[in-house]
Amino acid sequence: MTALLALDGLTKAYPGVVANDTVSLSIAPGEVHALLGENGAGKSTLVKMIYGLVKPDQGTMQMHGAPYAPLEPRAARAAGVGMVFQHFSLFDALSVAENIALGMENAPKLRALSEQIRKVSDTYGLPLAPDRIVGDLSAGERQRVEIIRCLLQDPKLLIMDEPTSVLTPQEVEILFETLRKLSAEGTAILYISHKLEEIRALCDAATILRLGKVVGECIPRDTTAREMAEMMVGKVLSTPSRPSVTLGDTLLELRGLSRPSPSAFGMPLRDISVSLRKGEVLGIGGVAGNGQDELLAALSGEMRAPEGMVHLKGVDIGALGPNARRIAGLLAAPEERLGHAAAPDMSLTENAMLTGAAREQLEKKGFLNWPAARGFAERIIETFDVRTPGAGNAARSLSGGNLQKFVIGREVLQRPEVLVVNQPTWGVDASAAAAIRQALLDLATDGAAVIVISQDLDELMEISDRFAALNEGRLSEPRSTDGLTVEEIGLLMGGAHGMEVAHV
Amino acid sequence: MIRLEKRPQPSRFFAYVTPLLAVLATFLFGGLLFAALGKDPVQSIMTIFWEPLFGEFAFYYRPQLLIKGAPLVLIAIGLSLGFKAGIWNIGAEGQYIMGALFGAGMGLAFYPTESVLIFPAMVLAGAFGGWAWAMIPALLKVKFGTNEILVSLMLVYVAEQFLASMSLGLLKNPEGFGFPGSRNLQQYASAHNAEIIAGSGMHWGVVAALIAVIFAYVLLARHRLGFAVRVTGEAPRAARFSGVNPSRLLLFCLGTSGMLAGLAGLFEVSGPAGQVSIDFNVGYGFTAIIVAFLGRLHPIGIVLAGLLMALTYIGGDIAQSQLGLPAAAIQVFQGMLLFFLLALDLFTNYRLQFGRTEAA
Repeated sequence: MTALLALDGLTKAYPGVVANDTVSLSIAPGEVHALLGENGAGKSTLVKMIYGLVKPDQGTMQMHGAPYAPLEPRAARAAGVGMVFQHFSLFDALSVAENIALGMENAPKLRALSEQIRKVSDTYGLPLAPDRIVGDLSAGERQRVEIIRCLLQDPKLLIMDEPTSVLTPQEVEILFETLRKLSAEGTAILYISHKLEEIRALCDAATILRLGKVVGECIPRDTTAREMAEMMVGKVLSTPSRPSVTLGDTLLELRGLSRPSPSAFGMPLRDISVSLRKGEVLGIGGVAGNGQDELLAALSGEMRAPEGMVHLKGVDIGALGPNARRIAGLLAAPEERLGHAAAPDMSLTENAMLTGAAREQLEKKGFLNWPAARGFAERIIETFDVRTPGAGNAARSLSGGNLQKFVIGREVLQRPEVLVVNQPTWGVDASAAAAIRQALLDLATDGAAVIVISQDLDELMEISDRFAALNEGRLSEPRSTDGLTVEEIGLLMGGAHGMEVAHV
Repeated sequence: MIRLEKRPQPSRFFAYVTPLLAVLATFLFGGLLFAALGKDPVQSIMTIFWEPLFGEFAFYYRPQLLIKGAPLVLIAIGLSLGFKAGIWNIGAEGQYIMGALFGAGMGLAFYPTESVLIFPAMVLAGAFGGWAWAMIPALLKVKFGTNEILVSLMLVYVAEQFLASMSLGLLKNPEGFGFPGSRNLQQYASAHNAEIIAGSGMHWGVVAALIAVIFAYVLLARHRLGFAVRVTGEAPRAARFSGVNPSRLLLFCLGTSGMLAGLAGLFEVSGPAGQVSIDFNVGYGFTAIIVAFLGRLHPIGIVLAGLLMALTYIGGDIAQSQLGLPAAAIQVFQGMLLFFLLALDLFTNYRLQFGRTEAA
C-alpha cells in the first residue's frame, strides 16, 4: 500500500536553532501515527510544515505519491489535511454552527450546515448541538466543535495537537472512540502528545523526535511508557520518591470558602472546605477553567476572603494581601509563567525580587538590595539547574521549562510552610518535570504542606497523598490516592460534559 | 519582503540610540518642511538649535533655557512615573493651572502682608491644587472604573474655564483698571519666586525640578514603590501577584504627577509669568508628555529631553521672528520629534527581517 503522506528529509532552521533536521516519516491511510517528543523537540514545526504554515528549507513531501508543497493552510485543507490546534480559535458569543461557518470557504446556509453538523456528530459519536453558544460549552465540547469543523471537509489526514490536555478521562474515551472510527474509515491521524499511556492505547506507530531529529520509531503497543519516555529524553529517568512521613499539625484550613467570579469568564468558588497538615501533598485535579486560577488567587492573597474562610496555623489570613501571606509562610506559584508568575521583560534578578523581597530580606525599610536579589536569583539558577547565561537575562528569553524551574525554585528556596502551585510542570520537558516534582516532594518531607493543582492526572497520582477534584468551582471531598482508580477520578472531575449528568 | 521579528531580549543599544536617531530624522524631515515653505533648511535648523546657545544674544536665551525647561522637567518627571505603570495622566495642563491658581490665591490672600512664611505656604497650596485636581480622575477610576485618559484630559478644559473665571473675577487685580488678570506677584516680595542668582534663570522651580529628578531616580532604582511602578507597567498580573495594590499605586502615580504639575504652575505664576491671566497656560502640561517619552521615561533622559524641548521653543520663537516661519511649522517640527521617537522605538523590541515571507 502506498503511503498517504511521506516526508523526506525535511529541514527547517530558525536563527540559532535547527527546529527540524532531515526528518522523514510516512503515514499510511487509516493509520494513527503518534509524534512524540519533549517541548522544543520540533513537533510543532513539523506539523506546521505539513499544514502549510511554515515552508521547509529542504526536503520534500509527497501526498499519495504526488509532490505536496502547500503554500498556505488553505492549500493544505484542499489537499485533505485538517488540523485541530491545542488552542481553540472560536468566538464565545457565536453559536456552534456560526463558528463552523466562519471557518469554511464556501459555507452553506446555516440550516443546511446545522443538519450536516448533526449528521457528523451522530456518525462519529461527538454529541454537540449546533445552535448552542460556544461561550457556554466546556473545553471538551469546544474541542468537538474544532474536530467537526475539520471533519466537514472530509480530511484524509487529521492532525491533532495535544488534544487531551483539556479533557476528563471520560471525554478522552469518547474522543478515542471517534478517532478509532475515523481510522477504520481510512482517515489517517497524526497525533501529537506527550501522554504516553494514551499513545499506547490509541496509536499504531510512533515517531520520536529529540532536538529536531528523528531518534526512534516504535510500535507503541509493544513498548512500555518508560522506554518511550527514555527515548524522548535520551537518558534514564528517575521516578520522584520520598520516604514516608507522619503527618503533623494542621497548617492550612479552608472553611466554606466562597467567592464570586473575579471576571466575566471566570468561575466562582463555591463552599470549598479542606484542611492540610504538615508534610502532606494534596493534589487538586479538574478540567481547566473549573476554578483553578481562582482558588490559587484566593490562597496567594490576590483575591481576599471574608472573615473565617482561610486560616493558616489557626490564624485568619483572609484579609491579608500577598506579601503579608508570604511573611506568614503561605507561598504560591501561578500557572501562567509569563505575565503572572514572572514579568517577561524584566531580568531574573528583578523577578527574584518580585516575590522574594520580604522573606529573603531583599529590602530594608522599602529600599531594595539589588546585590542580594542577584545573589538569590543566582542561587535559584544554581540549585534548580536553570539554563540561562546569567541572572541579568530577561525572563522571556528562557525556555518554558527553564522559566518554570526558576519560578518554582524561587518559591521553594524561600522555605514556605505552605506552598500552592498551579500546573507546576505544564509544558515542561520530562527531566525538568521530574526535578520539579522531586523538589515539591522534598519540601513536604521537610515538613511543609503542598497543594498541587494540575490537569495532569499521572502527575497528581505520582506525588500526592490525597486527591480532590475541582468541578464548577466546588472541591470534592479529598480522598487518599491509594487505590483510587482513573474512573473514580473522572467522576470526581464531573464525568463527561454533555454525555452524562454528574453535577452535584 | 520586509517583516518585523521580535527580539529575544530588548536591545540596549537601540534603547539609547533611538533618541539620537529621532533627533536626526527630525532634522532631516524638518529641513524638508522648512525648504517646502521656501526657507533655507540649514539656516532654519541652525536658528532653532544654534542661535539660543551660541548666537549673538545667547546671554539672554541661555537663562530662558532653564526657565522654560524647569516646568517641562518637573511635570514630565511626575508623568513618567504614571506612564511607566501604564497610568495615563494626559491632564497635567489642568493640574498645572490649578496649582497656579491655588498657589497664587494663597499668596494674594495675604497681600500686602510681608512674611517669609508666605512663599512656603504658596508652594504647599500649589502642590495641593495640582494633587487635588489629579485625584478626581484617580478616585473616579478606583471607584467606578472610568478612563483616566478621558477624565484627566476633559478636566484641562474645566481648569481653563476656572482660570478665565479667576482672572476676570475673584483674583482680578482691584487696582488693575478693569483689565483681566491678578496682581503681579513679581511686585509682591514675599510671594515672588525670584531668581536665586540674578540673571541665571535659576529660580525655585529649577531647584524643585532637580530635586524631583533625584527623587524619581532613587525611587525607580532603589525603592520598592518604584519597583512596583515598573512591574505594574511590564506585567500588571505579576505586580498584583507580587503584592502591589493597583488602586493605591494609581492614587500614588496620579497624585504625584498632579502635585508636581501643580508645583510647576505655582513656580511659573509666581516667577516668570508673575500673574494669573486668561492666557497663563502655554501648553507645558502637554509638551511634558513629549518630554517624558523623548527622555525614555528615565529621569536623566527627561532632563536632557526637557532642555531640548525648551531649546526648540526658544529657537522656534527666534525662527518665527527672524525668518518669518509660521508658528504651526514649529509645532509640526516638535511633533515630528515625538513621532520619530515612537516609530524608531519599535526597534528596541523588534528587528527587521529581510527575505522570505512566512506565516508562522
